[in-house]
Amino acid sequence: MLIRIRRAGDVRESEITPESLYLSRRLFLAGGAAAALGLSVNPARAEAALRALGPMRKSAFSTAEERTPYEAVTNYNNFYEFGLDKEDPAAKAHSLQPRPWSLRIDGEVARPQTFDVDDLIAKTPLEERIYRLRCVEAWSMVVPWVGFPLSSLLSRVEPTGKAKYVAFETLHDPMQMPGQNKEVLEWPYREGLRLDEAMHPLAILAVGLYGRVLPNQNGAPIRLVVPWKYGFKSIKSIVRIRLTERQPRTAWNVAAPDEYGFYANVNPDVDHPRWSQAKERRIGDFFRRDTLMFNGYGDEVAQLYSGMNLRRYF
Amino acid sequence: MRPSLDKTVLFIAASLPALALLWLVPTDGLGVNPIREGMHYTGDWAIRLLILALAITPAAKVSGAKKLFRYRRMIGLFAFFYGLLHVFTYVVLDHFFDVETIIKDIAKRPFITIGMGVFLILLALAVTSTHQMVRRLGARRWQALHRLVYLAGVGAAVHFTLSVKKDITEPLIYGAIIAALLLARLLLRYELLPRLKIPAVRGEPVEP
Repeated sequence: MLIRIRRAGDVRESEITPESLYLSRRLFLAGGAAAALGLSVNPARAEAALRALGPMRKSAFSTAEERTPYEAVTNYNNFYEFGLDKEDPAAKAHSLQPRPWSLRIDGEVARPQTFDVDDLIAKTPLEERIYRLRCVEAWSMVVPWVGFPLSSLLSRVEPTGKAKYVAFETLHDPMQMPGQNKEVLEWPYREGLRLDEAMHPLAILAVGLYGRVLPNQNGAPIRLVVPWKYGFKSIKSIVRIRLTERQPRTAWNVAAPDEYGFYANVNPDVDHPRWSQAKERRIGDFFRRDTLMFNGYGDEVAQLYSGMNLRRYF
Repeated sequence: MRPSLDKTVLFIAASLPALALLWLVPTDGLGVNPIREGMHYTGDWAIRLLILALAITPAAKVSGAKKLFRYRRMIGLFAFFYGLLHVFTYVVLDHFFDVETIIKDIAKRPFITIGMGVFLILLALAVTSTHQMVRRLGARRWQALHRLVYLAGVGAAVHFTLSVKKDITEPLIYGAIIAALLLARLLLRYELLPRLKIPAVRGEPVEP
């Protein structure tokens, strides 16, 4: 029997604006603004064109905080495969072909497998997870992701006793990802987690946001979301997951090891060399707010790091 | 005294980036994180105008177009003005007078220390930019003080380079231009750079 326990933070169904109304309001605003500028509005807005995902459960892990508008979530992205400016991914990610898409899982596993992502989406129970996202650059959002626990997928490939870490890789294809023609990072983008972090119920693979499949600029068709870590850990457009014995190389750690650690847990007490991490600006706010340890997920994840020096393992 | 046409045109041109903000801010033209974007925007214009101000002297000397000197002060003041907007964005909009954080930033982070140093230089030069201040300081002291503009230029390029997360191409381009202008100044001083002999107007001798 499923017992639903309401948390203080839970949002009532009635409080959530129906998506159709939300979208029509957005279109109305966009139309008004464009009309004022004398521009024509493209009725086939990207968001309306994206496929709606099937039934999804709500999650007790979701926050009740106000969600960052869809426009902001999908137009302000760090995705260097499409350029270094925040607006680049939304403008340029149309060259990515997210369907069909294969996701290979191998390494220290008993049953290496290749999944077709749409098949995976069809056969996996989906959940909505409204998470805070804290970028290492001291801004944050609240994003209603759709996905499933990473642990459920890892269990299916049966990690062996040797598996200690999980390594992730983004697609490497400069034709689809023109930003890879520039050597700003070591391509393909790589990320990694310790196996116990990866198995934590908060860690998910997201396949959608705001009830629809992921827009390309947000890491279509499948990405990682680890809400207690800085955003760059949540690798996008994943093609390969490998279980390993040793700690894997990770893109930002290779690029600037003194600035970006392997763990990258959100921590207000450990500054980035060039800015303080004590506060953050939630997109849409004027005033900064205090950054919370583990991005406010300490009750759930702090025990993963008991006894660790988080200044050293930043 | 009525302002001359050329200076009026220059004034309007140099004001355009600031005027554009009056349009960009209310129309979300700076995107969803306008404070961060505004910080970059004002910083970009500050360094561009600083470079332009630094270019006046070598350009005037090499070309012999002494008229260019007429524009130097105004362009320098505009560089200060955009620097002021940049610092305003940082102190007021980004940190809202959170003095503790700001002081820590200045003390701990070299790019902010340097940036503040550059701002203080530009402030000192702006305050002493009037004819009256030239008289009060005496030409020699005034000129010595105003040579700090080169230090400000180098500082601005370093500040920009250190602030960038990845891909320092753009700040390096600005840095290279500033280095070239410094070099031109040195070469001119030691008479190593050819000067175009443009016939002087009304029989005035061309500055050697």
